[in-house]
Amino acid sequence: MSLATDQKPAAPATSTVGGAVAYQRLLAFASLVALLIGFSFASSNFMQTSNMMAILQSASVNGVLAVAATLVIITGGIDLSVGTLMTFCAVIAGVILTKMGLPLMVGVIGAIGAGALCGLCSGTFVTKMNIPPFIATLGMMLMLKGLSLIISGTRPIYFNDTPGFDQISRGSIIGDIIPALPVPNGVLILFLVAAAASFVLSRTVLGRYIFALGSNEEAVRLSGVNTDRWKMAIYALAGAICGIAGILIASRLNSAQPALGQGYELEAIAAVVIGGTSLAGGRGTILGTLIGALIMAVLTNGLRVMAVAQEWQTVVTGAIIILAVYADMIRQKK
Amino acid sequence: MTYLVEMDGIEKRFPGVHALKSVSFDLKPGEVHALMGENGAGKSTLIKIMAGIYRNDGGEMRVDGNPVAPASPREAQNLGIGVIHQELALMNDLTAAQNIFIGREPRNRLGLLDERKLNADAAAIFKMMNLDLDPRAQVGSLTIAKQQMVEIAKALSFRSRALIMDEPTAALNDAEVAELFEIIRGLKADGVGIIYISHKMDELKRISDRVTVMRDGEYVGTVDANATPINQIIAMMVGREVTEEPVVPPDLSAAEVALEVEGLSRAGEIFDVSFSVKKGEILGFAGLMGAGRTEVSRAVFGADPKDGGTIKVHGKLVNIKTPTDAVRAGIGYLSEDRKHFGLATPMNVRDNVVMATLSQYVTSLGILKDAEMRKVARGYIDQLGIRTPSEMQEVRLLSGGNQQKVVIAKWLLRDCDILIFDEPTRGIDIGAKSEIYKLLETLAAEGKTIIVISSELPEIMRLSHRIAVMCEGRLTGILPGGAGTTQEDIMRLATDRAPAMQPMGEHA
Repeated sequence: MSLATDQKPAAPATSTVGGAVAYQRLLAFASLVALLIGFSFASSNFMQTSNMMAILQSASVNGVLAVAATLVIITGGIDLSVGTLMTFCAVIAGVILTKMGLPLMVGVIGAIGAGALCGLCSGTFVTKMNIPPFIATLGMMLMLKGLSLIISGTRPIYFNDTPGFDQISRGSIIGDIIPALPVPNGVLILFLVAAAASFVLSRTVLGRYIFALGSNEEAVRLSGVNTDRWKMAIYALAGAICGIAGILIASRLNSAQPALGQGYELEAIAAVVIGGTSLAGGRGTILGTLIGALIMAVLTNGLRVMAVAQEWQTVVTGAIIILAVYADMIRQKK
Repeated sequence: MTYLVEMDGIEKRFPGVHALKSVSFDLKPGEVHALMGENGAGKSTLIKIMAGIYRNDGGEMRVDGNPVAPASPREAQNLGIGVIHQELALMNDLTAAQNIFIGREPRNRLGLLDERKLNADAAAIFKMMNLDLDPRAQVGSLTIAKQQMVEIAKALSFRSRALIMDEPTAALNDAEVAELFEIIRGLKADGVGIIYISHKMDELKRISDRVTVMRDGEYVGTVDANATPINQIIAMMVGREVTEEPVVPPDLSAAEVALEVEGLSRAGEIFDVSFSVKKGEILGFAGLMGAGRTEVSRAVFGADPKDGGTIKVHGKLVNIKTPTDAVRAGIGYLSEDRKHFGLATPMNVRDNVVMATLSQYVTSLGILKDAEMRKVARGYIDQLGIRTPSEMQEVRLLSGGNQQKVVIAKWLLRDCDILIFDEPTRGIDIGAKSEIYKLLETLAAEGKTIIVISSELPEIMRLSHRIAVMCEGRLTGILPGGAGTTQEDIMRLATDRAPAMQPMGEHA
């Protein structure tokens, strides 16, 4: 009997908020395709496999960071520390592998663990000390920047003595099997991280609370849910993902560059926003973020291929962010 | 007699909705004309057309007999129509005068702000309203009632001759309501026409001259406020007679005490409050706005900290510090403000129903069992009669009554047998109210323990087996429910101020 009543009305009404995200994602996807087509007409070099792989490779680090940022942003928070945390984790990996000479796996796990721990710190500031996420992670961002420089002695740490480290990002397991598809491992890792985060968001308790916290934190708390604990878990998870990004960038550069990192958080947030995730919290998708990161990478690469000056690339990226959010605003008003 | 404002055969359509069907309304100078109707009857749409926020699709609006079509709130203001919105649109960090003249600040010869003239102009308006208020007072520090006066002053500063007031008393206590009505009477005497929207029936008799009722976007009729019985007005609103019979409290002498609160206090808000509720009982909490009823329930639930007092659940002492502790002890709290404290409105019915129980619906690998959650949600949709197309419908698209049922489902699923309802029918249509009442009675009959906080005395009397009355943070008495207790009995306790506090009232 209940089945009969289920089916008839309100299919359109059900899909409105979900629809907003889907629409923005479609829009983002269409923009991505339009950019690809546009650039391939503008330059014959653009569509070459090697260039496509370069785009994907350059999207990988920002993409992973953006996935981390997405989780926090859907809760209605923000994480400004993802960039310097990534660097901090890379430096930790450098200390473990180069200075201490421990095995590769220890370095990787150490970096991810350090990321999770730092995320837990941010989460503690936000929950137990009641500091707004913007401030808590801003402070964290600066502390981590300084710590990276202190630990590394302000000099890059090279991984020349750790064979195989650079292969984490630059190698290609897929290419070894299918030579025609030399997808770098870094890209593979991005897609694996994205798939895992997407799964967490849609199918686990943590994911459900991520959306619920962003929709109405007080209602969740008054439902008897220990919101502080869940929030700390979310920041820790985001931190761990930053640790993965740290390994990726260190592997790609075959070094931990302690001065790097600041600025990455804004690029990550830009990718999240272009992908249709609301900064107000409560809605967003990993797929959207992935597309957002790709749009930014395609744009940078395409403009470079067309020999547009770097300064102008930055201007265009800024304009794209504003356009993307404006498109979302127009849709929401309707 | 010329009319100040006339609305004639007004039509308004939104995509998929015929919001106004040939609605007529008129306002004379110097009268209070109440506009009544359930939520969704079309009152706000009509008001918004008058105020220049919406354009009508058909019909004619006239001011002083001349056809007009205000295209913006500014144009409506210029026609002399001002609106006091239910949610006040004031800037808390600015002063009263700065708020009133925002965007129209007087300048001196150098083009700088003329703060002195600003304050003098505001003071002149206050004087006209017979209102004792410092123009330099920061709005955020004023009571809600005073803030409302500032809004009224702002509307008057546009030389408004027609004032629309949308539920002006929703957040006011009785003394403040009296103050507001005094101002309204003064405005009437000056020839200002007032359109008054309220859900409180008793206010109609006190303040309005005529009543127009709307239902489902249609004009039902206009009647004289004094000559028409309230029951008839309600019947016009809901399309049928609604009768309420006094409750007959069940015999609970043998029932177990489910919740026992002793010596509950918090500095400045709750003073030594003790009460107990039995299994199957409905305990009503009556009192004026700000009497501390919500504070007591939030302290019992662990949502706010308490300074002292013990709580026993089923005879066992429990230490409740957070909502998590309370829920573990089987206490559920249903806030008056469902949108802010009860529901994640952008999420669907299923997610809200399982919100407090989510960890029970995971596999050993930590994956959510969506199918099972949907089944549970469907069960409650049937059991509580939640009107929704499916369990995947977003909660914000449900009516107030059905949203309330979703919150109830959440707590039932969590096995909470002590349920605290704070204003259970706020924002819920009259028709849906009696359904919620019946649901509460059924829950009590099934052995749940129910606490109901309500500012509406008829609601308290309709539901409560016993009535606890509070005043200024103290429990001033517990009365038996049923026909033996009158509204006057309750009001006496609700205004029973502690002697030590009285001189403070004299001070102002």
